[in-house]
Amino acid sequence: MLSQPTAADPVAFRAAQPGAEAWVSALCSHPTWSPVQNALKGIAEKMIHSLFLINCSGDIFLEKHWKSVVSQSVCDYFFEAQEKAIDVENVPPVISTPHHYLISIYRDKIFFVSVIQTEVPPLFVIEFLHRVADTFQDYFGECSETAIKDNVVIVYELLEEMLDNGFPLATESNILKELIKPPTILRSVVNSITGSSNVGDTLPTGQLSNIPWRRAGVKYTNNEAYFDVIEEIDAIIDKSGSTVFAEIQGVIDSCIKLSGMPDLSLSFMNPRLLDDVSFHPCIRFKRWESERVLSFIPPDGNFRLISYRVSSQNLVAIPVYVKHLISFKENSSSGRFDVTIGPKQNMGKTVEGVVMTVHMPKAVLNMNLTATQGSYTFDPVTKVLAWDVGKITPQKLPNLKGIVNLQSGAPKPEENPSLNIQFKIQQLAISGLKVNRLDMYGEKYKPFKGVKYITKAGKFQVRT
Amino acid sequence: MSGNGIGYGEQGGEVAPELAQEAAPTTAPSVPAAFGLFSSDTKKNEDLKQMLESSKDSAKLDAMKRIVGMIAKGKNASELFPAVVKNVASKNIEIKKLVYVYLMRYAEEQQDLALLSISTFQRALKDPNQLIRASALRVLSSIRVPIIVPIMMLAIKEASSDLSPYVRKNAAHAIQKLYSLDPEQKEMLIEVIEKLLRDRSTLVAGSVVMAFEEVCPDRIDLIHKNYRKLCNLLVDVEEWGQVVIIHMLTRYARTQFVSPWKTDEDVGDEYNENNFYESDEEQKEKDRKVKKTYTMDPDHRLLLRNTKPLLQSRNAAVVMAVAQLYWHLAPKSEAGIISKSLVRLLRSNREVQYIVLQNIATMSIQRKGMFEPYLKSFYVRSTDPTMIKTLKLEIMTNLANEANISTLLREFQTYVKSQDKQFAAATIQAIGRCATNISEVTDTCLNGLVCLLSNRDEIVVAESVVVIKKLLQTQPAHHGEIIKHMAKLLDNITVPVARASILWLIGEYCERVPKIAPDVLRKTAKSFTNEDDLVKLQILNLGAKLYLTNSKQTKLLTQYVLNLGKYDQSYDIRDRTRFIRQLIVPNEKSGALSKYAKKIFLAQKPAPLLESPFKDRDHFQLGTLSHTLNSRATGYLELSDWPEVAPDPAVRNVEVAESAKEWTAILSKTKKEKPTEKFYSESEEEEEDSASTSATESESGSESEKERKEESSSNESSESSSSTGVSSDSESEESTEKKTSGAAEESDSEDIKKKAKEISKSRSTFSSSDTESSSSEESSSNSKSESDSNNDSDTEKSRNATSSKKGEKTVQGRKAPNKQDVFLLDLDDFYPVTTPVAVPAAAILSPSLTADLEGLSLSGSPVIDVTTQVFVPTKMHEMLHRMTGKGLSAHYQFSRQPCIFGDRMVSVQVTLTNTSDQKIENIHIGEKKLPPGMRMHEFNPIECLEPERSVTVSMGIDFCDSTQTASFQLCTKDDHFNVNIQPPVGELLLPVTMSEKDFKKEQGMLTGMNETSATIDVAPQNSTSRVITERLMKAANLGVVPSGQDKIHRFAAKTVHSGSLMLVTVELKESSTAQLIINTEKTVIGSVLLRELKPVLSQG
Repeated sequence: MLSQPTAADPVAFRAAQPGAEAWVSALCSHPTWSPVQNALKGIAEKMIHSLFLINCSGDIFLEKHWKSVVSQSVCDYFFEAQEKAIDVENVPPVISTPHHYLISIYRDKIFFVSVIQTEVPPLFVIEFLHRVADTFQDYFGECSETAIKDNVVIVYELLEEMLDNGFPLATESNILKELIKPPTILRSVVNSITGSSNVGDTLPTGQLSNIPWRRAGVKYTNNEAYFDVIEEIDAIIDKSGSTVFAEIQGVIDSCIKLSGMPDLSLSFMNPRLLDDVSFHPCIRFKRWESERVLSFIPPDGNFRLISYRVSSQNLVAIPVYVKHLISFKENSSSGRFDVTIGPKQNMGKTVEGVVMTVHMPKAVLNMNLTATQGSYTFDPVTKVLAWDVGKITPQKLPNLKGIVNLQSGAPKPEENPSLNIQFKIQQLAISGLKVNRLDMYGEKYKPFKGVKYITKAGKFQVRT
Repeated sequence: MSGNGIGYGEQGGEVAPELAQEAAPTTAPSVPAAFGLFSSDTKKNEDLKQMLESSKDSAKLDAMKRIVGMIAKGKNASELFPAVVKNVASKNIEIKKLVYVYLMRYAEEQQDLALLSISTFQRALKDPNQLIRASALRVLSSIRVPIIVPIMMLAIKEASSDLSPYVRKNAAHAIQKLYSLDPEQKEMLIEVIEKLLRDRSTLVAGSVVMAFEEVCPDRIDLIHKNYRKLCNLLVDVEEWGQVVIIHMLTRYARTQFVSPWKTDEDVGDEYNENNFYESDEEQKEKDRKVKKTYTMDPDHRLLLRNTKPLLQSRNAAVVMAVAQLYWHLAPKSEAGIISKSLVRLLRSNREVQYIVLQNIATMSIQRKGMFEPYLKSFYVRSTDPTMIKTLKLEIMTNLANEANISTLLREFQTYVKSQDKQFAAATIQAIGRCATNISEVTDTCLNGLVCLLSNRDEIVVAESVVVIKKLLQTQPAHHGEIIKHMAKLLDNITVPVARASILWLIGEYCERVPKIAPDVLRKTAKSFTNEDDLVKLQILNLGAKLYLTNSKQTKLLTQYVLNLGKYDQSYDIRDRTRFIRQLIVPNEKSGALSKYAKKIFLAQKPAPLLESPFKDRDHFQLGTLSHTLNSRATGYLELSDWPEVAPDPAVRNVEVAESAKEWTAILSKTKKEKPTEKFYSESEEEEEDSASTSATESESGSESEKERKEESSSNESSESSSSTGVSSDSESEESTEKKTSGAAEESDSEDIKKKAKEISKSRSTFSSSDTESSSSEESSSNSKSESDSNNDSDTEKSRNATSSKKGEKTVQGRKAPNKQDVFLLDLDDFYPVTTPVAVPAAAILSPSLTADLEGLSLSGSPVIDVTTQVFVPTKMHEMLHRMTGKGLSAHYQFSRQPCIFGDRMVSVQVTLTNTSDQKIENIHIGEKKLPPGMRMHEFNPIECLEPERSVTVSMGIDFCDSTQTASFQLCTKDDHFNVNIQPPVGELLLPVTMSEKDFKKEQGMLTGMNETSATIDVAPQNSTSRVITERLMKAANLGVVPSGQDKIHRFAAKTVHSGSLMLVTVELKESSTAQLIINTEKTVIGSVLLRELKPVLSQG
């Protein structure tokens, strides 16, 4: 496909373009160039070759090639695998086809399918694709088909910058935002009037320095630094109410709006709590190793500073309990459903934003329930019961009770469904982690500092 | 355009969606929606063309946006190419960018038109702004048009020595693109890679290693010298680069270090070794060797230590890369640290989980202990996708042992009831595996499984049957009850596999259930015709077995079944029937075999092994695509086994070619440990100051030495990360300043003096502290390699001078008293001081050759004559060191004479010296490994070379006008050595004379692309014409062209191989600058020559 007749035949080319004649003859006389050799191919090409975005109904709505073009038909293998899988979640992330390998991720109802030709660490590609999706999210507020279609030019520009010849080039959002400005309503109006563009006219500085995550010349009138300590409880509670497994996964998300090149160090009251930590590249690892202090020059804007885990060896306080009674009667087309949620060990804070979701067995036709608090919905197609409870008040425990209608004649479900619980507790880090102080070096001004704690349910599951 | 009539018909299907897009309000509001309704494809594109040609940027932009939209949808927009490509030079950045996007997509299809854009990029390549240079290179190299390969090559070479690391990074990316476009360029690209590998910038490291992996992953030798640097830089490289480097270093380490794993064996019996020694000599000796001598190579340790922090990376790919590195390289006792980080990744996205779990599954088979503490992290949630569930189950099964099995079985009980039946079935298999692996629970499991037989779900029951069958086979105890129970189930089970399993069980153990078995046969015989093939075979099997054990009751039944089978549709079943009948039913025809029928059918069957599907995956490197797919992916590079004996670790000592520092750095090794420490920490502290972080250094004074080592190196890396903001910037600034002011050299020479002093103090001990010396030497060589710029060779030269002086002194001072020492210092790369060698007179041959060459000259004009060389360089290049050559040493020099062996060859004088005390016989050239096109005329074999004698021979090499290396073997009677000759570009020329007029005429024809030029600073003492001539002559084999102007000096030469003219002009300007212009058709050589000549004049 490379040996196009026009290019391989200088004479024909000259005839077509008399102006360029001398030029080409000079090129052709070079001994290292011969038109034939390019006919032979089969050279290994690493990394990401092409990317296809596919929506849930199987339409390829965007394609981008970094090397030669790969036909859309390669996606047929993907569709085949998709059909075999029970649901979208079960589409294998790595698919082997006769000539290519397809590595895909599923994010926000979109499949990002990348085409690979040779050996590559699959995580490398997966991680990158997620980074692409994150960037879309960052730019357009959502990573959806419509958002991508509406901003197809920006998407293309972004993809062009993020990957060079299939190898990641600029993936830091700070850099990208300097290269390509995110769309805003105001800007698009201005653009349409003035004909100006989203492409930044200044060139990014961060990419060239040793701190690729921060641009130079940041200026704010109000200098602020906010840290959100967010902890999620992952737990499996068994039938009898005892904890099978529990651990705390935490992150510190930061929003830093500081001028210049501030050098921050954040210390904790009880850093030993953190069992396993992963860092944003800006953090100086050695400093953490030796002093347990987070020392860093922050990126500008929002970013995740660290994520950590508090090991399951420590006893994790479970802030809620669930009383449940779910039963399906033998040989009758109905069952009982009765669930009560209550607070436990909440350290004086209210548990709020409580939501319970249950994937009911397939045999369930409908549910007829009454909630003492909040509202519930049952989707007869997906068999998902969702109960939005809201705040728990210890005086009156929320309860959901009623009748389950089963398909008549169908066997009674083997297993009771598990209950997935979500909740939120403000102003509390359940692990007890506390920020001690934040110091800033390198700049003269006094920044405004803020720390917020919040505890949420992560993968919190109650078996019944 | 002519194809449009047809095209319309073909694309008819596409019209509709495009119209829809047209009508959508989001795109191009300036186009009236109605327009689209009446337009065909062609017309619409017409409209885009008009917009592209309009004078307004906004219209162009709109058009480009729509075109990009088309590309994104995978629609063909190639016919717009001419209209789009015109806008490549647009001032508007966004238009430009979108045109780039378009170009990269369609240039391959429209190669001839794409060429129109090239000049724009060429211009941009020279832009003062590094980002513009970089992006020009990026786009240029992405245009997949073979015709521009030479231009790309040139651009890459130039960019690879750009001052900006960002441009160099892009050059590294471009290498891969060029290589995939034209693999023929490999050799030249490897040169560039080699150069970029020496780069110290963290920006470049990842990209160049990527290029290395793609172009020449087998050239592991290129890594040696950069190994320690890569290890030390690793923390600061961007995350994607880290992944690539770690994978490469894993491969590297497996070829260079010995296995750390054997040491895990006990080292107990060293005292009574002697007794064993005699009895079991070989084996024991091997063991002993390993046990006694294994200490981890410091470089091996360095790699492990420097990758460890990356386990904390937020990037899953990096964490996985480190994990596989530890798995494949670390001592078994240390690999445990990775498990925590891998478990952390399990909280990530489904796809990440999937890959990580697969890798954990493989690991957990071999080393259970690693993941046992995290058992609960693998507990399954009902919301997990099935593929994740099964992987978790797999791992839990691998981790099962006596201690945790009861907890696990309780957990499994929950899973068996899962609504996800596929998963439930997998759980049953897992229980089966646990039962076989842990004998204590076999009975419990079996009972549990039997309970499941009454399950409502067919899949669960079927799976249980299959697993029970396997279990019973492994448990030859009496399980009649279970078999009876299963026989009863046969009526209800419809899944073929399960039915077949039950039938097989009954057949196999028919003697234990003598009453039931015939009855089962009776039942199944009835339903034979409706059964699945699988079941039919087992019915036949059952019949045969019963016939043999209980023929009285079942004879007729069996024959009935056999008759049914005889007329079955499946040939497999017919075959089997015939086979069984012949074997069991006695008749006159049946041979001797039927006697053994009982033995054949009722033989003891080996129990099936219940194994993990991940059992054999560990032969793939973890974390790779091949591992995930469990089959070899294209381009997978095998991880080699550990070498029995480690290759020479000295290859990793950094000896940047012929630099003084490298020389002293090696020497610094000879220092005693203490001075090294001291020296090192001094430099450390200096850095510390600049980096304004608290000095932890001073505290560690009293700590033990080993700790100190670690501390210092770790400090170093923390330094580099902490200094990111302020200090590193200033550092680079400093280095540039230094470079211009020449201060770098001063400090260098100071360094040298200092080191030399230390050396002289204590040169006798050769300590093993490789790491330190390398790092200290690296820090000292910092400024040098960082400023890997145009005047690179300049500084190199001056260094060369100093080095040779220094080297001379030290070597001469030490050679005589301490020969051994010199050997240890490995002088391979040390340039010997030029020794006067008799240069054979040239005059004899040249006249006739001039005549010959005349015919070759390109222009054919008689005014251009090849002249004799003006200057013969006396510089000798080393080809073979006497140490590597076992006494034979070889040097070569370019005699600058027309070669007598062929008129396209460069003549090379090789001086062979025998430094040993025995004579060397039959010296000749062996196998040649020349790049394509290159030819070589070898010298006549030398019969015998007496000790302490030398002989000069000449040979001719046709380098094809490239600076590629000619590698060949130099053989003696019983040895052969690999040597190579690399020509400086100046030696690929033959001087010519011509008149000034001719020169100008020729020059006029070689403009544009054929002209390269540069402005240089000329040192004041160099501005006289004599010095200029002399210096240029020294650097390249040029002929002087008489010049009428004082300020302009002209030189002419032609290339040896193709006879292309090479015109060099030096035009002196005011304020001690000069314009250096080279005109030649050979643009590649021209630019290389330009680069080489630049420093020649600017040098003081």
